[in-house]
Amino acid sequence: MPKDSGIGASSKRREDVRFLTGSGNYTDDINVRGQAYVYFLRSDIAHGRINSIDTSDAESMPGVVRVFTGKDFEGVGGLPCGWEVADRHGAPMQEPPHPILAQGKVRHVGDPIAAVVADSLEQARDAAEAIAFDIEELPTVTDMKAAAQEGSVKVHDDLKNNICYDWMLGEADNAKVDEVFANAAHVTTLELTNNRLVANPMEPRVCVAEYSRGTDEYTLYTTSQNPHVIRLLMCAFVLGLPEHKVRVVAPDVGGGFGSKIFHYAEEAFCTFAAKACNRPVKWTSSRSEAFLSDAQGRDHVTTIQLALDAQNNFIGLRTDTYANLGAYLSTFSSSVPTWLHGTLMAGNYKTPVIQVNVKAMFTNTVPVDAYRGAGRPEATFQLERVIDKAARELGVDPIALRRQNFITQFPYDTPVALTYDTGDYNGTMDKLEAAADLAGFAARRAQSEANGKLRGLGINCYIEACGIAPSNIVGMLGARAGLYDAATVRVNATGSISVMVGAHSHGQGHETAFPQVVAEMIGIDESMVEIVHGDTSKIPFGMGTYGSRSLAVCGSAMVKATEKVIDKAKKIAAHLLEASEADIELKDGQFTVAGTDKSVAWGDVTLTAYVPHNFPLEVEPGLEETAFYDPANFTFPAGAYACEVEVDPETGKVTIERFTAADDFGNIINPMIVDGQVHGGIGQGIGQALLENCVYDENGQLLSASYMDYAMPRADDVPFYTVDHSSRTPCTHNPLGVKGCGEAGAIGSPPAVVNAVIDALHSGGKKVEHIDMPVSPSRVWAAMNG
Amino acid sequence: MYSFEFEKPSTVAEAVAALGAEEAQALGGGQTLIPTLKQRLAAPAKLVSLSGIAEMKGVCVEDDGSLAIGGGTTHATVAREAADKYPALAELASHIGDPAVRNRGTIGGSLANNDPSACYPAAVLGSGATIRTNARDIAADDFFQGMFTTALSDAEIITSVRFPVPQAANYQKFLQPASRFALVGVFVARYADGVRVAVTGASEDGVFRWGEAEQALSREFRPDAVMGLRINPMNMIGDLHGSKEYRAHLVGVLTRRAVAAAG
Ligand SMILES: Cc1cc2nc3c(=O)[nH]c(=O)nc-3n(C[C@H](O)[C@H](O)[C@H](O)COP(=O)(O)OP(=O)(O)OC[C@H]3O[C@@H](n4cnc5c(N)ncnc54)[C@H](O)[C@@H]3O)c2cc1C
Repeated sequence: MPKDSGIGASSKRREDVRFLTGSGNYTDDINVRGQAYVYFLRSDIAHGRINSIDTSDAESMPGVVRVFTGKDFEGVGGLPCGWEVADRHGAPMQEPPHPILAQGKVRHVGDPIAAVVADSLEQARDAAEAIAFDIEELPTVTDMKAAAQEGSVKVHDDLKNNICYDWMLGEADNAKVDEVFANAAHVTTLELTNNRLVANPMEPRVCVAEYSRGTDEYTLYTTSQNPHVIRLLMCAFVLGLPEHKVRVVAPDVGGGFGSKIFHYAEEAFCTFAAKACNRPVKWTSSRSEAFLSDAQGRDHVTTIQLALDAQNNFIGLRTDTYANLGAYLSTFSSSVPTWLHGTLMAGNYKTPVIQVNVKAMFTNTVPVDAYRGAGRPEATFQLERVIDKAARELGVDPIALRRQNFITQFPYDTPVALTYDTGDYNGTMDKLEAAADLAGFAARRAQSEANGKLRGLGINCYIEACGIAPSNIVGMLGARAGLYDAATVRVNATGSISVMVGAHSHGQGHETAFPQVVAEMIGIDESMVEIVHGDTSKIPFGMGTYGSRSLAVCGSAMVKATEKVIDKAKKIAAHLLEASEADIELKDGQFTVAGTDKSVAWGDVTLTAYVPHNFPLEVEPGLEETAFYDPANFTFPAGAYACEVEVDPETGKVTIERFTAADDFGNIINPMIVDGQVHGGIGQGIGQALLENCVYDENGQLLSASYMDYAMPRADDVPFYTVDHSSRTPCTHNPLGVKGCGEAGAIGSPPAVVNAVIDALHSGGKKVEHIDMPVSPSRVWAAMNG
Repeated sequence: MYSFEFEKPSTVAEAVAALGAEEAQALGGGQTLIPTLKQRLAAPAKLVSLSGIAEMKGVCVEDDGSLAIGGGTTHATVAREAADKYPALAELASHIGDPAVRNRGTIGGSLANNDPSACYPAAVLGSGATIRTNARDIAADDFFQGMFTTALSDAEIITSVRFPVPQAANYQKFLQPASRFALVGVFVARYADGVRVAVTGASEDGVFRWGEAEQALSREFRPDAVMGLRINPMNMIGDLHGSKEYRAHLVGVLTRRAVAAAG
């Protein structure tokens, strides 16, 4: 029997009432009395030296409050990078300055040259057109391999070269790796590209900043996944403001997918300008601006080699990756191709020797940072494509080859720095084989062939690492932030509960799922519990939401705080029931004395906490507890996916006919929300695999700069999904045994799609080894006819 | 958007007069023009909306059996009202853009714009239609003059389009994955005196007739009739979404499919 409330129930998402009826409160809905608007004049060339900027005509235009250029920010800090990666020799990465407005040079199309604050946006825009500037165009470098060449155009004149770092993980001894490959019975090599993506949340970025001269306080409303992180970075590194004078609010946020983790120039600009102009300042990104100023995702070029012994056991893996970081270091960009990518290269397999090499490059393109999956999709794509290719070369079943090499003993220390606490990859694969009806594939293929189509089956396994932690370890690895989270459980006198959480919900459904946990622990109705998030003046210092961490990390803090509340409530109940605290049990919202029929209701205890007339003297009144939680390890969701495609051999068009996901997310709080997260993730993964592509020309112009050329997945591009999360090995180190499900779909689906297309082509006699994403009709046709 | 004057006349004559003003421009459904204005890529001093002109709207059958569609008629209206008279045309209209675009965008705006990937130009050229303006009648073969270029002079208004109704016709649109305009679109129409084949989306020169295919299909209206024919990729569009060779290849595939579907 499915439950109808509490842990495990598919409670309807309460936030959807406001999201679906147009009553959400997004940042652009916030308008402050007297606000002015900022328009950013952005570079339309990818690389140039700023010789002069003359703002005098613009300043005298109607409605103009003030015009800012890089000069106004000379004494101000630049945008910080939150992770210092050490290169293969232990030297720190090259870390160029990232000014709020361009100083000296512009380095990508979209780099802000000047900002006009005016009474209206149109006036600001008019004035921006009157800014006269002399920017000398310089040669550009957009290709990351070209950027690595000696003598390449330099994006940052003061750096040695364009290489941010040359990093290595795993087996450091090249001779040892060479030996493994020399002794291999078979080596499979694959070169591939992980295409650059634009995150494209439905809501573009917005910020509104106000400053009060009376109190010297700032408020910044911004589209963020982590308001405390923004406040810390902006106050401590950019503007030099005391945190207690700055409030950052991230109200309803219409999707982030990673792109709203980072601290952006526009946030610091509006906050700075609000004081400088003594006017609230608002900025709303246009969609075109989003293409040029939101951090983009992926963009790796990799050569991967897999060594197998004569029994088809994986004995070695070596990868060489170039990662394009764009023109500047975005907040967490440096960690993505390294600690979020290299560490995942073991995948679900017991490969004993692994060496991961990554060169991260500066180029004249928009900065790249974490995007749903962040490093893990790049790792999974290479690994699962090379395994598929190996299976084909060896003529073995791709599922059997995977099963043979699965890790089966836990905990398992990988050669690339992680310890997987638990998992059951064979069990999850069993679920997939059943749910996907793989037995029926041959008949479906025959049917497709009768219709003149090629049908392919693509299998993929993935491992994910969520809830990046613990803070002491990530600190050693270069993280400049802690990775714990926090929750305050405030019980009101009448028994209802407000939970202030550090996580931020921007589509994930926290407002529904988190109360299910607290309500279950106490035995009260879910509607008695409400989540408060997204406002640094209301919530404890938490790190926000990304990396599928909210429930595993912040949810754990919430459980700990709730346990503290229950412990205290038991003391009060014991006093009221004249019993020993040790004998008090809490069930269904009733405190009882074990072995008796004496009881007191939750609401009576909470009322007593705030009206402490008959109260234990040694206990403080009130009922409110805070807990911080720093996980002992990552969590490791894993899964097996199957995709079936049809390829039209005449046009090369791929349609996805079936998609099945079997995931092991550990324990599940709300199955419906988990389904939704997986659906969305797979949709995004299919977008990457078939449609999305962010392309620059050799001059650094973005060719896919609008929806006319950047193909987002639409409803008719994706099939109905079959999602199975009945394979459950609970996380061993967090109180709920949960693992995180937010990114799995986006990590697990792209290789499944590409593997399926390659399989379809082979079934039609086309021995195509690889097609880079997006696997567009034109690319498939070219591969078939190449 | 820069500021502009706005006029909404109720007759063609008034519209023509209004368009006589310096830097005045006609506004149809605004589905192309408004985004251009918002991006500040155009700065007309005056917009003359054609949406209040009743005589430019609607679908009707003329005495000779041809179908006349007012220049201000929306795609949605064509999809609905031409469905029984010229199904292939109605079908084409029903797949332009999304419902919002179809309920605002007009046939006159689409033809005047002559986007190289637009759908209507293929139907108009493929049907040998006549474009009627406030000043004259222009044969489709003379109207389209390359990407975004037509025979229209400044301030000339497309008031209606007259389509001879074919015995059989079909439009095959292969979607450009992002914009969902035609990556390649082929319109095939069979008349008593021969077959016409018009191709959109493919060529650097905009919509064009595929003469060889027309001859082959006029002899024999079967998909196989064009099997051996090839389009020279040289003048095809090559971009992110498809190479020149791919587009040339698609022209053949879609022509065969259109013939098969036209029956
Ligand atoms: C999201 C989207 C998807 C689309 N998808 C497709 C598609 O799949 N296929 C396709 O073919 N099109 C597509 N379009 C374009 C659409 O069909 C437009 O409606 C059309 O291009 C322009 O028509 P309009 O009436 O909106 O013209 P407007 O935008 O108002 O005007 C366009 C130009 O035509 C001129 N003009 C307008 N009416 C007349 C007239 N009667 N006489 C003379 N000049 C005139 C204007 O001055 C202007 O220069 C799409 C548009 C959008 C926004």
